[in-house]
Amino acid sequence: MSRVAKLWRTHWLRALIVFALLYFLPYSTLSIPGVFDGPLDAPGVLQLLAVCLVFAGLAISYDLLFGHTGVMSFGHGIFVTGGMYVTTILVNHAGYALLPSAAIALVVSLAASLILGGVALRVGGIGFAMVTLAFGQAVSILVISGSPQLTGGEQGQTLNGSAVPAALDGVRNTANLYWIALAYLVVCALAVWGLAASTPGRVMRAIHENERRVEVLGLNPYLFKLLAFALAAVLAAGGGIIYLLLLGGATPSVSTSNFTLSLLVMVVLGGAGRRWGAIVGGLVYGYASQSLTRLSGASAISGLPGVLRGPLQQPLFLLGAAFVLIVFFAPGGLAGRFGAKTITDEYRGGLRS
Amino acid sequence: MSLLEVSDVRVSLGGSAILHGVTFDVADSGVTALLGRNGVGKTTTAKAILGLHASSGSIRFDGRELIGLPTYAIARLGIGYVPEDRGVFSALTVAENLRLAEPRGRGSAAYDRVYELFPVLRQRATQAAGTLSGGEQQMLAIGRILLRPNRLLVVDEPTKGLSPKVAAEVARALKEVARTVPILLIEQNLGVVRTMAGRAVVLDTGRVAHRAENTRDLLADPALTNQLLGVSTANGVSP
Amino acid sequence: MTTVILLTATGLGLAALYFLVASGLSLIFGLMDVLNFAHGAFVSVGGYVGWTVADHLSGTIGLFGALLAGIAAGAAIAAGTELAVIRPLYGRPLDQVLATVGLGLAIPALLQAIWGADSRTWLVPGWLAGTVDIAGARVPSVRFLLIGIAVALLVGLRLLLGRTRAGLIVRAGVEDRAMVTALGIDVRRANSAVFALGGAAAGLAGVLYGLYQGSVSPGDGTSLLIFAFVVVVLGGAGSITGTALAAVAVGLVQQYADYASASLGDESVVILLAAVLLLRRRNLQGRPA
Repeated sequence: MSRVAKLWRTHWLRALIVFALLYFLPYSTLSIPGVFDGPLDAPGVLQLLAVCLVFAGLAISYDLLFGHTGVMSFGHGIFVTGGMYVTTILVNHAGYALLPSAAIALVVSLAASLILGGVALRVGGIGFAMVTLAFGQAVSILVISGSPQLTGGEQGQTLNGSAVPAALDGVRNTANLYWIALAYLVVCALAVWGLAASTPGRVMRAIHENERRVEVLGLNPYLFKLLAFALAAVLAAGGGIIYLLLLGGATPSVSTSNFTLSLLVMVVLGGAGRRWGAIVGGLVYGYASQSLTRLSGASAISGLPGVLRGPLQQPLFLLGAAFVLIVFFAPGGLAGRFGAKTITDEYRGGLRS
Repeated sequence: MSLLEVSDVRVSLGGSAILHGVTFDVADSGVTALLGRNGVGKTTTAKAILGLHASSGSIRFDGRELIGLPTYAIARLGIGYVPEDRGVFSALTVAENLRLAEPRGRGSAAYDRVYELFPVLRQRATQAAGTLSGGEQQMLAIGRILLRPNRLLVVDEPTKGLSPKVAAEVARALKEVARTVPILLIEQNLGVVRTMAGRAVVLDTGRVAHRAENTRDLLADPALTNQLLGVSTANGVSP
Repeated sequence: MTTVILLTATGLGLAALYFLVASGLSLIFGLMDVLNFAHGAFVSVGGYVGWTVADHLSGTIGLFGALLAGIAAGAAIAAGTELAVIRPLYGRPLDQVLATVGLGLAIPALLQAIWGADSRTWLVPGWLAGTVDIAGARVPSVRFLLIGIAVALLVGLRLLLGRTRAGLIVRAGVEDRAMVTALGIDVRRANSAVFALGGAAAGLAGVLYGLYQGSVSPGDGTSLLIFAFVVVVLGGAGSITGTALAAVAVGLVQQYADYASASLGDESVVILLAAVLLLRRRNLQGRPA
């Protein structure tokens, strides 16, 4: 069997198994004490897992830019914010139904990404990073202090309950929300993996490796980077909408630079540019960030002397320190440690340009 | 006696292999020319010697292995480098450029020699190096490196982009220098090569394609020259 | 008229802070190609160490002690970062940036663990707490301290860069680091020096920011950092004069725009950045793209 066909088979088979397992998870009454607060089908656990799935999808969308195309954006949170807030504002203040609001939010985010990307990508790597950082900051300030009546300011804003379909409302329907989050992750995965297998995806990998060579071949890197930027933005906006449904409201925390940085952390933690890297990173990070209060209260840590205990109970300290350690000792992230190759290496030798 | 021994050196840049195993020697006196068409890997070889590119294989300088050493250490062993883009610091003045190269406590005798070779440098001492003409910048690049105690000079296309008159001036100066310091000279201007070079090494697509003990003999063979360098040497004018 | 004076004074005061933070960032980026995301953490470290000294000593002695302590703390943590994190990752610029991102998250969290999440009040000594009358406008004295120190740093840096061999190496290295090494110079020593110097300036900025606000909190450095990045990009990496001018531009634009409409200040800086980057057809080092 040809190399490409073999790749296709192992890869899609593996994906099918993983997603099937995830699909059937809410039917399980399995209990993993210490890891989860209850059996797998308990609403609390499903909620936690659903957030992990959304983070995994967001991480893939970020990896499309960072790990795959080599574009370091500090403004990814802008589009998550866009998806979340545009939907909320349209539902709460303009009285639109949920689906049309979400659709408009996606279109708005796409338009914003084309504008921001169109402007920012004209400058080289560092300038681009700074522009996205600055715009991210501007959006964050807009959301928090710009017009509090509209956005809910620092507190955020709950989504009007009547707009949410009955199937998603209420604690007993958490499983449905879980499946929607899973659907989002699958869409992201298919989109990014499909792009990676396509010709534009190949060009993006080439841009990552050696942009000059792509130029010399007569292709315009700017357009491909813009394509990656726009696609990633739409996926991120979608994630913002799903996250909104999970939380029941909009929160300004997704607009902060820390949130975008956490996406970067997820990708690097899991393994940038690797097929399952971002997913793993998103799941692990999602779990860790939500369980931190429980973990930091754990007897192992609270028994430590104050000098050690203080920093260890600060989630950002653990995160930052873990990040530095990963960069030093496991630059390929978790997936890399387990031998996963980057998508570039997977295709090398299989699809020659 | 070989001062520099390059053995099976391989260099990959940005995912593609540039040098596929380059092997040649540089003698401890005179000029050794490194020739070849555009893009065969001459500059890459020079940079590999200076440690500016990661490479595999072996590069021995006076018996000492260079691969793996940081560039500043290689330079301190006495290898002076004049890069293709001249490497002149345009925001600094001519005097500052020179001063940067001068190691501590080196007397003014070295400066005298440089000003003797290139009087224009003394005239333009306080001018920003970026405002100099191409030829003057080349002289600054060469003059600067001469302030250091060199045991080998690696000079990359010193006459590139210069008018014939200025190119001749630079070539003359280099020939004078070559009387005391061996030079590995990368050049496409065959007229310059003919007047200066003793031995020649010709590269082709990342490998050594030909070695000549006497460059003049190589250049006197039009068929061979055409095949290796893609030029006719009817009157020694560069392509 | 008084409004103009007040806005200008505040704008210049902010510009002074931005310059203190951005000058180090600019040199570090210009010389080492490292986007130091931990620089904001250096600011916060300086601020908290300075605050602690001022809290213990109080009064004018406390103020001077705080300034010195802030400088020392900033320099120390920067030097430590360069040695333990940046140097081992030499040749891996992306990993260096990522590592500084990690530090930029961990260090403020550490400060929060030690000093708590709430802001700590900084009691400014009496003579500094007042205002100075300029043509009818009452300008807080702290502004002048900020501007004075920033100008002193600007002059000092220009002298250091222009008149010393170390400065010569840094100026050359910003332009072409490889060529500097080809001249037999070990740039790593310049790297460490520049990092420590940047850290010292950042620590100083932390102390002054604390005086300016009348308090210190863990997130101070990070909020300054983003503006400092904008200043570095606008001013051109490695150019001290450019950084100074850019800092003034950003500070003034921010203040005047903020006056026109609240929160417009930060957005106007972003627009300024985008506009300049688009119109400027050069890369960051000032050479034609």
